[in-house]
Formats: sequence, structure tokens, C-alpha cells
Amino acid sequence: MTWTLFELLLQASLMTIFVSVTSIFLGLAFAIGLSAMRMSGAAPLVWFARIFISFFRGVPLLVQLLLIFNLLPAIGLSLSSLTTALIGLSLCTAAYQAENLRGGFEGVPRGLIESAEMAGLSPVQSFIWIRTPIALRLTFPALVNEAILILKSSSLVSVVGLIELTKMAQNLAASTYMPLPIFASAGLIYLAINWIVAIAGRRAEIALPGLPAK
Amino acid sequence: MSFDFAVILAKGPQILAGLGVTILIWIVGTLFGAVLGFLVATARRYGGRLADLALSVPVEVLRGTPFLVQIFLLYFGGPYIGLRLDPIAAGLLGLSVYGAAYYAEIFRAGFQSVPPGHSEAADCVGLTRLQTILHVQLPEMALLVLPPSMNMAVILLKETALLSLITVPEMTMTVQAIGSQQYAFVESIVVLALVYWALVELANFLGRLAERRLSTYSA
Repeated sequence: MTWTLFELLLQASLMTIFVSVTSIFLGLAFAIGLSAMRMSGAAPLVWFARIFISFFRGVPLLVQLLLIFNLLPAIGLSLSSLTTALIGLSLCTAAYQAENLRGGFEGVPRGLIESAEMAGLSPVQSFIWIRTPIALRLTFPALVNEAILILKSSSLVSVVGLIELTKMAQNLAASTYMPLPIFASAGLIYLAINWIVAIAGRRAEIALPGLPAK
Repeated sequence: MSFDFAVILAKGPQILAGLGVTILIWIVGTLFGAVLGFLVATARRYGGRLADLALSVPVEVLRGTPFLVQIFLLYFGGPYIGLRLDPIAAGLLGLSVYGAAYYAEIFRAGFQSVPPGHSEAADCVGLTRLQTILHVQLPEMALLVLPPSMNMAVILLKETALLSLITVPEMTMTVQAIGSQQYAFVESIVVLALVYWALVELANFLGRLAERRLSTYSA
């Protein structure tokens, strides 16, 4: 195991970080949309959200990625491996984040929703300005957790051909016949990134503005 | 583009065989993982500070790294240190050890939830440490550890799909092979996704059933 090999792994980990961060935030946006659908009261939207969440939480991410990778070209959409990876990861994390947000939305104090209504906010305004920020604040620890899960899951996008940390490790292991030190180093890099995310998450949880009184 | 599912469904027996391997590895791996995790949690609680510290390292490493990297390390790296395993053995070992790290944390929370007065009382009436763990602490923590345990079992079921990447002949690998033979990639993956979806929903349903059964006993 030389420094050059380790440097290649570090470079590839930038792609891992990029894909994970982008998917987490895209997924968060989708998840808020799914939550809005689920709470809209309109049967087709509620059912769409339910089935979407159940499917993406019920099928292994590997299979989801293979599905997107094979399905989109078959219907005439040919996408780069980066786009495929981002779509797959964001849809999957959206379903998990929507499930996390459910608890957050349930935790929004009723009095606040009623005050928003009394102050003349429409249901949509109340959703955007009152309920969503509070739900996000309440579920912040779950978001940090999900970020760590996605960082680990991003190793699977190697199957759609994107060169990130795991794929780079596979390539190097195959070309140098040193799988042991290379996969161990890749694991250590994942571990280091996860530690940073976990520590930053705990700091942020303390630093963020306080939780509303129950 | 038209889809032809008949060519995939014609391979039903092969798919079922793959499903059988998936379920077998899942159940055995989950049981091994839960037992090993329970032993780790017990050792961390009663083995002294050194054991607690020493065991926290593998638990944190296993929880902080992707399962895919772990099985690649085991399957491709293992032979370099004399650990030559066939795919199924490597997959089973990898899944059990990975699961054990998470189950160890679940049971650790379980031990913490039992009021210390209860195990002290058990001690006073003359129960041994083992009797206290098995007959007092384990039943008391059961209701608390059941939901995360079932959740973890479902996560492990989905993780078994990754074993296809180290050539374990489970469902994902079997159905993908059928897809390439029949030149029906999309159809094969759609069938695969639907089977996993049904399996996970079934496992979730059984988990909720078990929770309801257990909570009526402890109410």
C-alpha cells in the first residue's frame, strides 16, 4: 500500500461525498413534498406518497439502482452514471426521510398551527413557514443519521459505473492484487468521514436554535 | 420498447431456488447476528471496562463502514491471510458479523432500560448472574428491543442483495443471470424488485404481529 494508492482513494472519496451530499438535500426536498402529499387529504396524492415510500423502503437499494440503470435507457432516456446514481440515491433517501419527517410533523404543537391559522396564514403558508421548519428541527438528529446511512449506501452506486470510493478500491484491488490493504483503507476513509459527520451533527444539534416548548 | 414478462416467469423454479438461498442466508445470518450481538452486549456490560472498550472498537468500525466494503474485504482480502471461504460461507459470516454490531447496540440499550433495582433484587433472592440475565433482564427488555430488532432484520434482508456482488447464488444474482440469458434486463429487475417488496412488507407485517402479541403479555 503506497501513498499514491491512498491518494487515489482520497480523490475518489470526493465523489462519494459529492454524491451523498447532493442526494441528501435532493432527498430532503422530495421528502418534504411527499409529506405534503401525505397530509394533503387528497386520496390520490396520499396513496401515491404511501406507495412510493413503501416501495423505496421495501426494495434493496442495489435493486433500485439496477432498475433505474436498466429501465431509463429502455424507455429512451440515456443518462450518465452520475445522474443515475443521484436519482437512485435521492429517491431512496426521500422515502426514508419522509418516514422520519412524519414523526416531526406529528410533533408540531397544535397551538402553533392554530395560531398560524388565526394570524391568517393559508394552509400552504402554514405548511411552508410554520410546520416544515419545526418538523425539520425536531427530526434533525434523524437527518444526521440518514446522512451517515446514505454515505455508506453510496458505495452501491459503483454498480452503475460511477467511480467513487468503493469502485476505485475495487479497481485498485484488481490491478495491484492487494485487496486487503486497499479495502481496509477504503473502510477507514468511510469511517473517518462518518465520524466527522456524526461529530458535526452533534455540535449542530446543540448550536441550532432551541426546540419549541411542548 | 415492449416488455415480455413471460420469459422471466417461465424461469419460476430457478427464481424460487434463488429466493430460497436469500431467505436461508437471511434467517441464519440474522439469528447468528442477534445471538452474537447479545453476547457482545452482555460482555460489554459485565466484562469490565477493558472488555467494554475493546469491544466498542469492532462495533464502531462495523457500524461506520459500508457492508459492501466489509464483504469485499472478507471475500477478496481474506485469502491473503489464509481465510479462504466459498461465497455462501463468506456471505453468511459477513452478514452475521455486520448484524451483530447493530444487535449489540440494540441489546445495550435494552440492558440500560432495565431498572437496576430489578437485577439487584434478583441478586438478593439468590439468582446467579446468568439466571438474572436470562430470567429477569431479557424478558424485561424484550418489549423494548423487539421493534428495533425486527427493523434490523428487515435491513439485513435487503442487505442480502449485496451478496450477489461476491457471487452468492441468491435471488438478485439468479434473476440477473436469467435477465441476461433471456435478454430481458428490465423485466427481470422489475420481477426482482416486486419479490423483495412483497418479502419486506411480509416481514414488517410479521414484526407488527409479534409486537402486538408481546405487548398483550406485558401489559
